[in-house]
Amino acid sequence: MTAGAWLVEPFATYGFMRRALVATLSLSLGSAPLGTLLVLRRMSLVGDAMGHALLPGAAVGFLIAGFSLAAMSLGGFVAALSVALAAGFVTRVTSQREDASFAAFYLIALALGVLLVSTHGSSVDLMHLLFGSILAVDDAALILMASVAGISLLLLAVIYRPLLVECLDPGFLRNVGGWGHIVHGLFLVLTVANLVAGFQALGTLMAVGLMMLPALAARFWATEVWNLALVAASISVVSGAVGLLLSFHVQWPSGPSIVLVAGGFYLLSLAFGPRDGLVSQRLYFHPHRKA
Amino acid sequence: MSARPSSAGIGLRNLTVAYRGYPAVHHLSGEFASGSLTAVVGPNGAGKTSLLAAIMGQVRPSGGEVLTSIGAQGRIAWLPQQAEIDRSFPIRVFDLVALGHWARVGAFRGINATQRDAVYRALEAVGLAGFERRTIAELSAGQFQRVLFARVLLQDAPVILLDEPFNAIDARTTADLLAVVARWHAEARTVIAVLHDLEQVRLHFDQTLLLARRCVAWGPTSEVLHAENLFLARQMAEAWDEDAPLCREAA
Repeated sequence: MTAGAWLVEPFATYGFMRRALVATLSLSLGSAPLGTLLVLRRMSLVGDAMGHALLPGAAVGFLIAGFSLAAMSLGGFVAALSVALAAGFVTRVTSQREDASFAAFYLIALALGVLLVSTHGSSVDLMHLLFGSILAVDDAALILMASVAGISLLLLAVIYRPLLVECLDPGFLRNVGGWGHIVHGLFLVLTVANLVAGFQALGTLMAVGLMMLPALAARFWATEVWNLALVAASISVVSGAVGLLLSFHVQWPSGPSIVLVAGGFYLLSLAFGPRDGLVSQRLYFHPHRKA
Repeated sequence: MSARPSSAGIGLRNLTVAYRGYPAVHHLSGEFASGSLTAVVGPNGAGKTSLLAAIMGQVRPSGGEVLTSIGAQGRIAWLPQQAEIDRSFPIRVFDLVALGHWARVGAFRGINATQRDAVYRALEAVGLAGFERRTIAELSAGQFQRVLFARVLLQDAPVILLDEPFNAIDARTTADLLAVVARWHAEARTVIAVLHDLEQVRLHFDQTLLLARRCVAWGPTSEVLHAENLFLARQMAEAWDEDAPLCREAA
């Protein structure tokens, strides 16, 4: 088989592969900039926490309506957002740090979710919720993912400046007129929405991988927020495509394949990235100027 | 008791800022006159930063009030102590300084050619011409403080609050930035700076507020910075007095 055939044939021949490709493309475009901002806000693990926090909501949706995308998405969205709001509330009214409150609430949510699924469903259902099935994405799911990606990009463009300033210098933003809480809240809503869009395809655990790994890898290549997001989105798109091809040719499960490819990009960036990458730090000879 | 101050003055009427019932600023009254250049000095824990936060409206006074006629929040420019800015954030010097235009461009509009030039001129004024393309992670502490001064320059605010602006800054940078402060004073802006170096205060600030939670002395620097007053200020116990009775002082 030629390289061209290896790359193109699965998508040219099979409709489900094309749909999966469009799904990863949408997920990548929406969640890469959000992942970038999560990293900058030192909230890298909060994405993970919210991914887990989806579970009880999605489970309740599943128990009520069966394998219905709408019910599970809505449930997951409500559950993750409640965890985010509860954590935000505790952070504001006590001296607890945000990551601590997030840890408390997402662990409760996760245990609740696993309890619900194991008492009322089968372990197959649990696997579906945790790991998704991108090769079985239907029209409704595709439309959901594309809409979430589109809305995320538009809204991010609107709140871009205050969001960055809130992260860089919150005191300054308060000084010049607030916005901080609104912008932070919208940002959390967008993050949850993107994780919900991703969990049908990749599962609650893997959706976070496609959001965070490319963003973390980008830090070794880019210097500003816009190009960080661009690099992250590109890595994300390529990871999606390569992961799907691996899954098709080697018959690996698709979700982990995609996230592992993104993880490979992260490790490559860590090793060879020009900004602070290990090799560029140690091996290359860095000439310095006279003055 | 001070009347509502004119234009860019700031009046304090019996201002008390307390944290969990312990006063940080205690029954402080007086006025920062419009166009005045005032140093706020006092031992650690004397309530200097709390006073600035109250003027900014970032803490709610537990008693009394801050009187300003400038209204809009954005008209006070504030340079926080060892800025709570994340220095690893990937942003270029130009973009950080350009934030000083916020009151004019807000969250959405772009900056025009004139405003772009103003950014370059502000960087020139603090001695950082040519640094526009650097990221803030590539600056020294002194250079970063210059950048923050450049942003305050652009904010073009009638009132400027500086919280320990020369901490960990070398003599030359301090001299350059003091020249910027003198320029603000010449432009009739009200400048209030929290400082520790009394020699610096004597040389560059004509008004001084000596604070030890309560006001120890407030007026012309030469009259305030007396050995006797400084001794009084040092007597302030830093620890909270757990047995202190509730304050019943009349407003």
